[in-house]
Amino acid sequence: MLAVAAAAAVALTFTACSSQGGAQNQGQATSQRFTIAMITHEAPGDSFWDKIRAGAQQAATELNVDLKYSNNNDGGQQATLVQNAIDSKVNGIAVTLSYPDQVGPVALKAAQAGIPVVGFNQGIDNYTKYGLKMYFGSDETLAGQSAGQRLTQLNPGGKALCVIQEQGSVALETRCAGVKQAYANTENLQVNGTDLPSVQQTIQAKLQQDPTITDVVTLGAPVALAAMQAKQAAASQAKIVTFDLNADVAKAIQSDQIAFSVDQQPYVQGYMAVQALWLNLSNGNDLGGGKPVLTGPSFVDASNIGPITQYAEKNTR
Amino acid sequence: MSTPVATQSPPTPSSPDGPVRVERSLGARVLGRPEIGAFAAAVVIFVFFFVIAPPFRTPEALSTILYSASTIGIVALGVALLMIGGEFDLSSGVAVTTSALASAMLSYQLSLNVWVGVIVSLVISLAIGALNGWLLVKTKLPSFLITLSTFFVLQGVNLGVTKLVTGTVATTNINQLDGFASARTIFAGDIPLGFMTLKASVIWWLVFVAVATWILLRTRTGNWIFAVGGNQDSARAVGVPVAKVKIGLFMGVAFMAWFLGQHLLMNFSTVQAGLGVGNELIYIVAAVVGGALLTGGFGSAIGAAIGAFIFGMTTQGIVYAGWDPNWFKTFLGVMLLLAVLVNLYIKNSASKRK
Repeated sequence: MLAVAAAAAVALTFTACSSQGGAQNQGQATSQRFTIAMITHEAPGDSFWDKIRAGAQQAATELNVDLKYSNNNDGGQQATLVQNAIDSKVNGIAVTLSYPDQVGPVALKAAQAGIPVVGFNQGIDNYTKYGLKMYFGSDETLAGQSAGQRLTQLNPGGKALCVIQEQGSVALETRCAGVKQAYANTENLQVNGTDLPSVQQTIQAKLQQDPTITDVVTLGAPVALAAMQAKQAAASQAKIVTFDLNADVAKAIQSDQIAFSVDQQPYVQGYMAVQALWLNLSNGNDLGGGKPVLTGPSFVDASNIGPITQYAEKNTR
Repeated sequence: MSTPVATQSPPTPSSPDGPVRVERSLGARVLGRPEIGAFAAAVVIFVFFFVIAPPFRTPEALSTILYSASTIGIVALGVALLMIGGEFDLSSGVAVTTSALASAMLSYQLSLNVWVGVIVSLVISLAIGALNGWLLVKTKLPSFLITLSTFFVLQGVNLGVTKLVTGTVATTNINQLDGFASARTIFAGDIPLGFMTLKASVIWWLVFVAVATWILLRTRTGNWIFAVGGNQDSARAVGVPVAKVKIGLFMGVAFMAWFLGQHLLMNFSTVQAGLGVGNELIYIVAAVVGGALLTGGFGSAIGAAIGAFIFGMTTQGIVYAGWDPNWFKTFLGVMLLLAVLVNLYIKNSASKRK
């Protein structure tokens, strides 16, 4: 409680002076070097976040922005990081709202202190509630539905297995729910995403248990590769489709082992978050007309994989 | 618990001419084995899933379960031996990832034969194990603290070094390198048996269990391990090289972690740096379910194998039974608790019989 009170007190102190700072910033020359804090819920060691960071870093380099990246996969800790950014008087904040209840109020505090805040990657349903100016990300429900629609063309009347690699993740559950809306015969499977052999074994077991499964939907690139192994071991004929891309998934799409990927374009999410903040700071712009700017779903399949393979190898797709 | 150990341990080979065996009935001897409780629990769980889940009865299912058990059981075996020797290792889960990353990055970045990476990674893994043991012996701190530190250090190193070397947090695919095919056959190949296909890791796991059982029950080193875990000071007093045994046990865990790491790498041909966190507890659970005592001095290699088998059976059995995936962890927890309770019950009734 004492910490919360202290944090609130600190924030209140800044409420007054930073809003002046924001006004001053806009009056200055556009060649000014802005400091932008990017704060995510990344659990370390997932290559997905490399792409978000690569995009953000690219924008920062192009626009002469000092990018401060920090992350914590715990809602409370992530909120503290946002508070740190407010305390260190950054010019702008880009934040993921995977834990809206914990991180949202602090983001609102930053917005009230006159720091422009944009959301990206997670939080499409509640970013406006917390004073975030813009949002860059994929609409998970839409992404799930579009994937489901594609499955109805691929395997009409089939049965899909939707593999969730993180228990209790809202975004992942939303994707599977979206798939189910468009492709009614969809069942969820829970796997332990930090242990790839166990992911493979569990998918394998499920394919053996239910031979009527015609499609396996995975929600992350490494899981898709484990699903390929499982399919082979279980001698199943199921088609594999996945969310997200990496170099190996791109290759598998090329060789037709994976039917398609639903890409939310993380590189673009990171890039646009930084660029939009810069535009806002240097020119007062905002994007999206009050609506989220969608970076996905973008479909990658055999028809357009050609050049994308190189981008995936460069870690930008 | 150190008193029954003295009677259960086999005669020391150092006194070859007629050791005095304490004669007990066959029943009492069987019930006194550390793994008997786990064995009973495994039978109960097997019958349970066999009855309620029809797909569980197929040979393919058994193959999947054995594979699942082997990926837990290989490291759990090293951990069980270490626990019999009275110590803990919390770094074993991430050490697996460290070994896979080291091997993948070395061979890819330097364009070497995959086997060079495999060997160098073994050296690195053993060095980490030796460091764990050496720190423990030198500082006399609880192994819980030492290996917790190693756990954090390795977690950071895994991410930091991988990012530094590859620019991402995953290694580059190594399946085009020389030696990959043979390494894959050895560490992650498929062995067709006609009625089912076994993963190579299952065979290796069984070999390791046999070797560990032999070491524990038929060699002087085995007696040293039990002695060190039972009572360190008495062991030292009778001339057991306590420091060497402990360092050796940590290196044993490191060896197993190295093996599983190579399996992981050859199976998927790429590794993400964040993997493995949390698995150290699963290894410990498998060893404990298999009858190893948290306080040391008691346990067996076969027990750890049965513990891993129970874990694999439960994890996959829930899927074969088609239960609601949201309750997965709860089912798992209840199953493990039951296994431990059956274990305890049998062990108690066994000690009453003596």
